[in-house]
Amino acid sequence: MNPKRLRIGFIPLCDATALIVAVDKGFAAAEGLDVELVREVSWSNVRDKLNIGLFDVAHLIAPVAIASSLGLGHVKVPILAPFGLGVNGNAITVSPELYAALAATADGNIADPVVSGRALARVVASRKAKAQDPLTFGMTYPFSTHNYHLRFWMAAGGVDPDEDVRMIVLPPPYMVESLANKHVDGFCVGAPWNSVAVDLGIGYILHFVSEILSRAAEKVLAVRASWSAENPDMLRRLIRALGRAAAFVENPANRDEASAILAAPNRIGASAEVIRRTLDGRLKVTPDGTIRTSDRYLLVGRKAAGRPDPVQAAWLYAQMVRWGQAPYSDEMLAAAKAVFRPDLYDAALPSEAPDTAGEPVDGIGAFTGPPFDANDIERHLAASKIRR
Amino acid sequence: MARCLMIDQLFMDPTFKIVIVDENPVRAAILEEGLREAGHVHVVHIDEMSHLLTRIYAIDPDVILIDLENPSRDVLEQMFQVSRAVKRPVAMFVDQSDTASIQASVDAGVSAYIVGNLQKERIKTILDLCISRFNAFSRLQNELDRTRSALEERKVIDRAKGILMKAKNLSEDTAYALLRKTAMNENKKIAEVAQSVVTAAELFK
Repeated sequence: MNPKRLRIGFIPLCDATALIVAVDKGFAAAEGLDVELVREVSWSNVRDKLNIGLFDVAHLIAPVAIASSLGLGHVKVPILAPFGLGVNGNAITVSPELYAALAATADGNIADPVVSGRALARVVASRKAKAQDPLTFGMTYPFSTHNYHLRFWMAAGGVDPDEDVRMIVLPPPYMVESLANKHVDGFCVGAPWNSVAVDLGIGYILHFVSEILSRAAEKVLAVRASWSAENPDMLRRLIRALGRAAAFVENPANRDEASAILAAPNRIGASAEVIRRTLDGRLKVTPDGTIRTSDRYLLVGRKAAGRPDPVQAAWLYAQMVRWGQAPYSDEMLAAAKAVFRPDLYDAALPSEAPDTAGEPVDGIGAFTGPPFDANDIERHLAASKIRR
Repeated sequence: MARCLMIDQLFMDPTFKIVIVDENPVRAAILEEGLREAGHVHVVHIDEMSHLLTRIYAIDPDVILIDLENPSRDVLEQMFQVSRAVKRPVAMFVDQSDTASIQASVDAGVSAYIVGNLQKERIKTILDLCISRFNAFSRLQNELDRTRSALEERKVIDRAKGILMKAKNLSEDTAYALLRKTAMNENKKIAEVAQSVVTAAELFK
């Protein structure tokens, strides 16, 4: 049988793990797929090349898949997400100066997002009183989980992300440099960049995003709806290969080998040791070496992370509505949910029983606010004091 | 005549400003020159990516051109968002009906953003110019690569000729003829045969 050729675009981040391991460890070849992985430099490029067919498939930030399907911010191209490449994995890192200011005003344990959010509100108020420039936070893209995670955390503490601070887009490779030269006071980004900042002694990891939202869809395998309809067999093979690769990575006995594969210069291009820490959820959070561990820092295949959950799509659409990026309509909510396709996942991996023991009942598990209701996001958003 | 007409059209608005965001100085220069030839007097090249949006807002351009190898493309996408910092709405030129243009520009490696309401035909002229200049730059680069490798091949062939002339007491022409004949018999390039001769000579040293 001739192998089927596929061109897949990706951004060098730790949540491209299942994709890279599927190709470099031979899981894709075992499914008869000949995959060319193409490293990209911006989400705009990944989106455009997927849209016009230069890529068959892409590693894509989940909200961009939804925005593209809804026609927000750019050309409307229906995209499907039949596999979740990562749940969680982001962290919020701040400069040593901001960390010290937050710690000085914190009324409890700063590792608690309720406490850190309130502390941020006090720092913001004190800067305003002294007529200092507002704090600036970096995130990766307007339609990004990083943007929404930062906003969710600071708004809960009483900080208006559009009025009280500046939110700016920074490509992940520029985050660390921007923190070092004080262009930003903090950022939210995926691995390995938070660890890189801590290792350089210029950043403190304030929160794993898993402390803010217990379960947050991060990157998805994105395909054009038209491509999926024309290539159902190839898509099934690809999902199977990704499922195997994710299971391989989640076995701690394979982590050294996986980290070495991912560290290659043409893949993630970071040190294997930092990648291993990320997969293990054992991160150095302060320059003096304090370690914080979490078994939810980045879920590649555990806890049904590979199976797309439409509740996650609804939560992301709710953030677009909350922050004025999208109007609310029942049709748009339904269209957003329809981007995430657990049925395609199940068709390819029928024997996998989802391991959801101990997962949040509402599918999200936010640190504050009422449980998320994917069927009534307007009522859900009405509980938010700060919104557009 | 046609060219004069085009320049006339473009000169209608002397305040028209174009920003080129490109870290490659040669490519940016080629593009800038093309735009100036087409009558655009206000062309600003940005090669430093920090505070990109602040710089762009200060220049207040009508069109922004950025190369696709630049991670800062995602920064430009922020201009689409409703925000206090934005003075005018920004839209990407390539609209839904224009897939041929987006394909051509992605192939060439350039992307264009327009600010405000500009005539579509006018933007098309600029984008077409960008595409042809970016493609010209790629051709130039390929030519340079080819010239470099041709030069390398020339050097290896000269060394192989020298080795044969000395070892077999041949004239230069005969040595070259021998290389060429061997290459033809073995269905290889002369440079490949020459490289074998050089390698073998190294081994016999």
